[in-house]
Amino acid sequence: MNEPAIHVEQLTKSFGTVEALRGVDLQVAPGNVFGLLGPNGAGKTTTVRILTTLLHPDGGRATVAGYDVVKDAEALRHVIGLAGQSAAVDENLTGFENLEMVGRLYHVEPAEARTRAESVLERFDLTGAANRRAKTYSGGMRRRLDLGASLVGRPAILFLDEPTTGLDPRSRLEMWEIIRELQKDGTTLMLTTQYLDEADRLADRIAVIDGGRVIAEGTSDELKTRVGGEMLAVRVQDRSRISEAAGSILGLGPGGGQVDSVTGEITIPVGADGTGILTEAVRRLDADRIGLADIALRRPTLDDVFLSLTGHAAEQADEDTAADKRRGRKKDRKHKGSP
Amino acid sequence: MSTTVATQDREATRLGEGLSDWWVLTKRNLLTYVRKPDLLVFSTIQPVMFVLLFVFVFGGAIELALPPTIPYVDFLMPGIIIQTAIFTATQTGVGLAEDLTKGLIDRFKSLPMARSAVLAGRTFADSVAIAFQVFLMLFVAFLVGFRFHEGAMEASLAIAGALTVGYAFTWVAAFTGLALKSVEAVQAAMFTIIFPFVFASTAFVPISTFPSWLQGWAQINPVSVWVDTFRVLTLGDVYVQYQISVGYPLPSLGVLLLESTAWFLGFLALFAPLSVRVYRRT
Repeated sequence: MNEPAIHVEQLTKSFGTVEALRGVDLQVAPGNVFGLLGPNGAGKTTTVRILTTLLHPDGGRATVAGYDVVKDAEALRHVIGLAGQSAAVDENLTGFENLEMVGRLYHVEPAEARTRAESVLERFDLTGAANRRAKTYSGGMRRRLDLGASLVGRPAILFLDEPTTGLDPRSRLEMWEIIRELQKDGTTLMLTTQYLDEADRLADRIAVIDGGRVIAEGTSDELKTRVGGEMLAVRVQDRSRISEAAGSILGLGPGGGQVDSVTGEITIPVGADGTGILTEAVRRLDADRIGLADIALRRPTLDDVFLSLTGHAAEQADEDTAADKRRGRKKDRKHKGSP
Repeated sequence: MSTTVATQDREATRLGEGLSDWWVLTKRNLLTYVRKPDLLVFSTIQPVMFVLLFVFVFGGAIELALPPTIPYVDFLMPGIIIQTAIFTATQTGVGLAEDLTKGLIDRFKSLPMARSAVLAGRTFADSVAIAFQVFLMLFVAFLVGFRFHEGAMEASLAIAGALTVGYAFTWVAAFTGLALKSVEAVQAAMFTIIFPFVFASTAFVPISTFPSWLQGWAQINPVSVWVDTFRVLTLGDVYVQYQISVGYPLPSLGVLLLESTAWFLGFLALFAPLSVRVYRRT
């Protein structure tokens, strides 16, 4: 198993005039959790849909578990599982019936399908709700059932398309726990997310995707290093004075910095002399009589990585999320690349 | 030699798996009807209301155009039965659009199952629902005086005809559902598609009452062919004589059956491949 579990080369896909993927390259090692991170419309879902044989790519090549996603699609479907916003459960069936059905569709013997359904229910703490219709499940339970359905076929490679989008914080933590357990079992996982902390916590390697291209790839630490050491984060009390504040302190660091007028936050990479720059910043802002809501030194987060890589914040896209959810699942088609 | 045997074995396994997939999905779709009985209940109330409306409200007026040998209810019920079969078929499109928006179709497509099973299981399960509706309508029809005036053989043939019509329209609905992808759009579109077929036909009123420009369409309209075949099978010679008397002689029963079958196969040959094509692309 030295060959990569997932190998993607120059993948392209357009929907009409919208270029969803503009040459995506990816490499996922077996047993790894690979995070595909990007805002809505970046091309995450399109990538997953191609890798799970739901869509044909326009150009490029992709193999999953050694199978070509186009030529060997049929064989490939035996070894993959898909869950998340791209797949779903039948609300009118019970949890047990849903899992049993999926097992039967993997061509597992009826008795074995029932056994697997029961063990999945147990594993995801759904045994008590096994004979209730999925319609009555909470969001978190439904998502666990959905994830369970993708495991009934015992896939070697699992695709989770935004597994925690729309979940409350508690269900989100539960989902993270489940994903970590899957990882321990040696399942290769590709998960897409628009949450930076999620990719940070779960993924061995992360590809940042924006506008249909991979703009950075590496471990979470590698990506953070690219932004450079510590950051000084300053939030002003009066947002209307943010550019004034930025003018007086942006020059303090070794170079660059970001100004976010929406949150009223200024971030400056500080290099080695964090404390010195912090002190100087306080002094200057005090002299200008600009009130501070918060000032702190912090390690860069993936937010900073995203910001410095794309020039726009990842959250920017979050405003569209609600509207996208309402519109249905095809946001990757409707949204053109980067804003 | 051995490779041929292996290929045959694999073909046999694939066929077995395909049938199993079809059955799993048929069962799933039938369960939906059991779990959401309102689906069938409400689509039953409407045709029943149609029967009452036509028999008791319009019936008196329409009966004037018919000879005393043909009670209006005997003339009407074949039309209502075919209409019920066609309208119930809309559910196929609604169901598929729902599965699409909820992501179930994506799940099915990511599984190593026969791709044809989703459509075949859906259309078959909905045909079972159509059969249920048709028999329920026949029951209501008997209550308001409808009778089979020919033999059991003819009666069975008539009912089988109605079911095949319904089945053909499940494929029209499947195509519409997959192409439009939204429940509301499917319902509106299917009504628009069905309307000229069902209402500009001999289903509810004798052809002689249509304006002449519409008679041309009403005569070639497949719904007229199906309904008239049903009538000849239930009313027999009385209906044949009546059509001659008003100047619209029907072909012989053999030809009618042939035409009915041809229309059925025509709808199927057009809409089944179209549905499969859209399904592969969505």
